[in-house]
Amino acid sequence: MSDKQMLSKGWAPNPRAARRRRFDVFATIFGTVASGILVLVLASILWTLLSNGIAGLSVEALIRPMGAPGSGGGLANAIIGSLIQTGIGLLIATPLGLGCGIYLAEYGTAQNRFASCVRFISDVLMSVPSILVGLFVYQVLVAPFGHFSALAGSVALAILAVPIIVRTTEDMLRLVPVAMREAGAALGAPRWRVTVFLCLRAAKTGVTTGILLALARVSGETAPLLFTSLGNQNWSLSINKPMASLPVTIYQYAGASYDDWVQLAWAGALLVTLGVLAINIAVRISARRG
Amino acid sequence: MTLAPTRQSESQRSASLSSGMEDKKSSWTDTLFHTLVSGSALLVLLVLGGLVLLMGYGGRDALHIFGLKFVFHNIWNPVTNEYGAWAPLFGTIISTLIGVLIAVPLAFGTAFWLTAIASPRVASVIGMAVQLLAAVPSIIFGMWGFFTIVPFVARHIQPFLTHHFRHTPLLGPLIHGAPFGTGLLTAGLVLAVMIAPFMTAVMRDVFNAVPPMLRESAYGLGATRWDVMRKIIVPWSRSGMIGAAVLGMGRALGETMAVTFVIGNVTDVGWSLFAPRSTVASLIALQFPESPAGSIRLSSLLALGFILMLLSFVSLALARVLRGDTK
Repeated sequence: MSDKQMLSKGWAPNPRAARRRRFDVFATIFGTVASGILVLVLASILWTLLSNGIAGLSVEALIRPMGAPGSGGGLANAIIGSLIQTGIGLLIATPLGLGCGIYLAEYGTAQNRFASCVRFISDVLMSVPSILVGLFVYQVLVAPFGHFSALAGSVALAILAVPIIVRTTEDMLRLVPVAMREAGAALGAPRWRVTVFLCLRAAKTGVTTGILLALARVSGETAPLLFTSLGNQNWSLSINKPMASLPVTIYQYAGASYDDWVQLAWAGALLVTLGVLAINIAVRISARRG
Repeated sequence: MTLAPTRQSESQRSASLSSGMEDKKSSWTDTLFHTLVSGSALLVLLVLGGLVLLMGYGGRDALHIFGLKFVFHNIWNPVTNEYGAWAPLFGTIISTLIGVLIAVPLAFGTAFWLTAIASPRVASVIGMAVQLLAAVPSIIFGMWGFFTIVPFVARHIQPFLTHHFRHTPLLGPLIHGAPFGTGLLTAGLVLAVMIAPFMTAVMRDVFNAVPPMLRESAYGLGATRWDVMRKIIVPWSRSGMIGAAVLGMGRALGETMAVTFVIGNVTDVGWSLFAPRSTVASLIALQFPESPAGSIRLSSLLALGFILMLLSFVSLALARVLRGDTK
């Protein structure tokens, strides 16, 4: 008789032990089923997107702007619009987020009331409902000027991106060893040079990760764009006018009763999701290596 | 978690370093740099302060006209210009509750499986899949819900439930209604799969933060994995788990696009889980474009936004307090 069998013989007659083992089996099954459900949901989403979206991903859809139902319109202006708005959004958010993160990491000691206030606020900003950010920007940048604009959309996206960049920048800068700062200071470098050329450079990978994650987060956002850049059926490259974007187009087209619009919505959804997932996968793989 | 003590001492050291450096005559570039970075911190502070204040400011007309009755008044009528927040608030709260009730066991089970059962290699793959699920944009969840879950609920779940439980007391009114497929339950289901990945990530972190020695000594005494979970890990990380649930709740409260697709968007109050309802966020998203600037309707929508802001702020503060306990 092997050790294992003896062990199980020792367990078996004890009803309490048997009960505990039964519970363990239940819990194992439950946990497996729970994680199976989440993985299945992801698979189901990807499958739905692929099976419905592939057919709509023609060259036509990629190079022609949106048009009336049945006219063979595409998504080109929405794709460009999304790129422009997220691009400007990141251009606003990155310096602001970096500055704020540097401040929190370098000057934000526990005694600094202002810094802990900013830290709390940026944490709150991280999970504020995105539609409220849209409302806010509407009141600040759309209502006073009297017209929707791509710039307002970019600002809304920037507000959503800033807290993520702040958090990662602060975390990454705090991981830079103090010895490195001391070495820089010992060479006579002024404080800002130590921060920018030593600490920020050392934390470069982490900070880039944060910026990319922020990009992934905002590029799928719809709600804040509804009231700020509104969407546009036509070509428009002016940031002072309403501009189309992929998520808003998906929203408008998915519920439409024209087959070709629904088809375009699926194609757009596939594009957005693949883009977002690709950024996420790339970030995670590079983070694991680095 | 393991980094916490070293990081603290590092920051203490850097604090002493900085005070040492400030004793030197600081150059104008240093001053400029300090002004730049603290300026951006100030800007971030102003933006959120502005966000909270302006929401209340925009809704002042509605709150002024309807008073406190605004919150508990169940009417939303653009024709007579009468507005009350009760129907969307009810929809928001019930759909969030359903979402959290489904998501918590899902997230707990997944985190348990990832930390205690799966081999590290499998756990890292599945863990990554779950994290990717969290990255899927919410409008995609909306489309998926609209074209996959809604028909499924309409064709299978609801007919099954009505067939078997129509005359059951208590349960009967809950499942009453025409089989549209849209409604509170569908919204709750979609919300659940959206927030479960966040909860899983937080729970996985708090479970991993339990000192391995505690776990190993329990295993050494012959405990099963479930025993260890129930008697060691759960008591140790209780507040972190509650914090995770509240964090997920906060996300579900403000979720817009996914809910707008699947809830049916009828401003009404009732106990049926299968009747179309609306939530604060979905109502704002749908009605905002039709509300002229300066109208009482727009003001009511902004007041709704203010209430949503307060709700999510409270849930966030709660999550922070609860998670703070574990640290």
